[in-house]
Amino acid sequence: MINLLNIDMTMVDWARAQFALTAIYHWLFVPLTLGLAVVMGIMETQYYRTGSEFWKQTAKFWQRLFGINFAMGIATGIILEFEFGTNWSNYSYLVGDIFGAPLAVEGIVAFFMESTFVAVMFFGWNKVSKGFHLASTWLTGLGATISAWWILVANSWMQHPVGQAFNPETVRNEMTSFAEVALSPVAVDKFIHTVLSAWVLGAVFVVGVSSWYLLKKRHTEFATKSRHLGAVFGLISSALIMLSGHHSAYTVAQTQPMKLAAMEALYKGGTDQPLTIIAGINPFQQPDYEATDEPPLKLAVPYALSFLATNDINGYVPGIRDILDGYTKPDGTVEPSLDEKIQRGQQAITALQEYRKAKKDGASEEIINCQLSIINSDMPYFGYGYVKDRAQVVPYIPVCFYAFRVMVGGGCLFILLFLIMLWKPKAWAYWAAILCIPIAYIVSEAGWLVAEFGRQPWTIQDMLPTWVGVSELGSSAVMITFLLFLILFTTLLAVEISIMLRTINRGPDFRD
Amino acid sequence: MNTIHRIWNFYYDGFRSMTLGRTLWAVILVKLFIIFVVLKLFFFPDYLKEHAGKGNEAEFVSQKLAP
Repeated sequence: MINLLNIDMTMVDWARAQFALTAIYHWLFVPLTLGLAVVMGIMETQYYRTGSEFWKQTAKFWQRLFGINFAMGIATGIILEFEFGTNWSNYSYLVGDIFGAPLAVEGIVAFFMESTFVAVMFFGWNKVSKGFHLASTWLTGLGATISAWWILVANSWMQHPVGQAFNPETVRNEMTSFAEVALSPVAVDKFIHTVLSAWVLGAVFVVGVSSWYLLKKRHTEFATKSRHLGAVFGLISSALIMLSGHHSAYTVAQTQPMKLAAMEALYKGGTDQPLTIIAGINPFQQPDYEATDEPPLKLAVPYALSFLATNDINGYVPGIRDILDGYTKPDGTVEPSLDEKIQRGQQAITALQEYRKAKKDGASEEIINCQLSIINSDMPYFGYGYVKDRAQVVPYIPVCFYAFRVMVGGGCLFILLFLIMLWKPKAWAYWAAILCIPIAYIVSEAGWLVAEFGRQPWTIQDMLPTWVGVSELGSSAVMITFLLFLILFTTLLAVEISIMLRTINRGPDFRD
Repeated sequence: MNTIHRIWNFYYDGFRSMTLGRTLWAVILVKLFIIFVVLKLFFFPDYLKEHAGKGNEAEFVSQKLAP
């Protein structure tokens, strides 16, 4: 049997790469569905209110693009669940009880809701009443959003595992409170921030496509009104996302301080911390956070990081070295050092084995209870028992640092775009709007890079490192499926872009 | 019966009058076939089911977690 501490890291890397590839491609389809759902809902509401054929055809056009994207995205997420069972079997078994619940709810409730109302939305024109059709359009969007909620609940639980207890009998983390899992602060923040980001992407898409018509001087009334609506929707979403972004940063600071420190390349923390705008970090190499206090060429906004992380401009923000060495929080509680966490994690792992052996051998209650008490007290540090050195618990800083700046910078760029689109845009602005469509996808994916790279090395924060959650498969098997996915998803994406471009080129049909 | 008939007709007419939808359904069906038949059956076995056997999962995973 392969010892987990010496497991072939190539297998872990391939399994991670495959999961990342699948998630990245899946996320190419999801945000446009969520964003366009609102846009087409607003347009159909205009039709419902005015009875104007113009708004009906406008809504139908954007619904057609929604339908293409929806069809292409169907079931791409299910592959992630296959990967859990094959590549991440230890993880799946340990936390399947908790992780499976939101996914099951998503499958049953949201999927059926979505698929029922999608049919009415596409087949129901002139067959059901205007009101029922409008309700179906909005409920399609609501279904997709609820679907996203449950997936994000599952993801958030991996970032902040709450509402659970470890059962040494079954060797599983079992859910103790569904409400705590579903409504954890991380889940609420992640849901709001992610859905708002999808709305911004949808708005950029609408503005970009409308700009293309305006450049071509085709369907100008349709394009002007769509551009205007998209820009207003985008601005409102952007304003809300700034608020949710601040709250997300606050929550990350409380629950995953290492992620925040990596995002900020904050090697040595303290009070009155500035927020880095940019710094000279080599993208291809982990910086030497042990020997230097801050990255070179740092340009920063004074006090802003403290405010972002603590809601207080003088607040204390721990850096990477503080987290590794242990620090005292402002409320007086002490965060243990990595060495102590490793020691306690090792105690929990050993106690689990001793507990199971004692039960099997029929040992006395006293011995069993003694091991149980060690498990219970040291379980929060279980994952640290597999950590060998300090470098293992520090995420790859360059990706976290730059992806965060791409996300925030992109968000600011889109605000500027929406403002220009509401002002008097010229041809160059229309070209810029078209260029912003692919940029919006890059920015959206960058947000996920921050969230997921920042959690490393954990599959479940503090509980399960990636190299323990993985199955003992040969790396070649995972490599083959990685390449298969790459071909499958790239083909799907090419098909989607091709159908989408043809539909856009045809444009709305106002003769109908 | 009347309601069921109306629902049937709703879907029947909807599917018959599809234009772009036909292409999309073709893509969906090919994709579902690849995902559930090719990938699931040949490339994504249930690792624990194959290696631990039913009822032995706890012991199997516990051994994997051993230091």
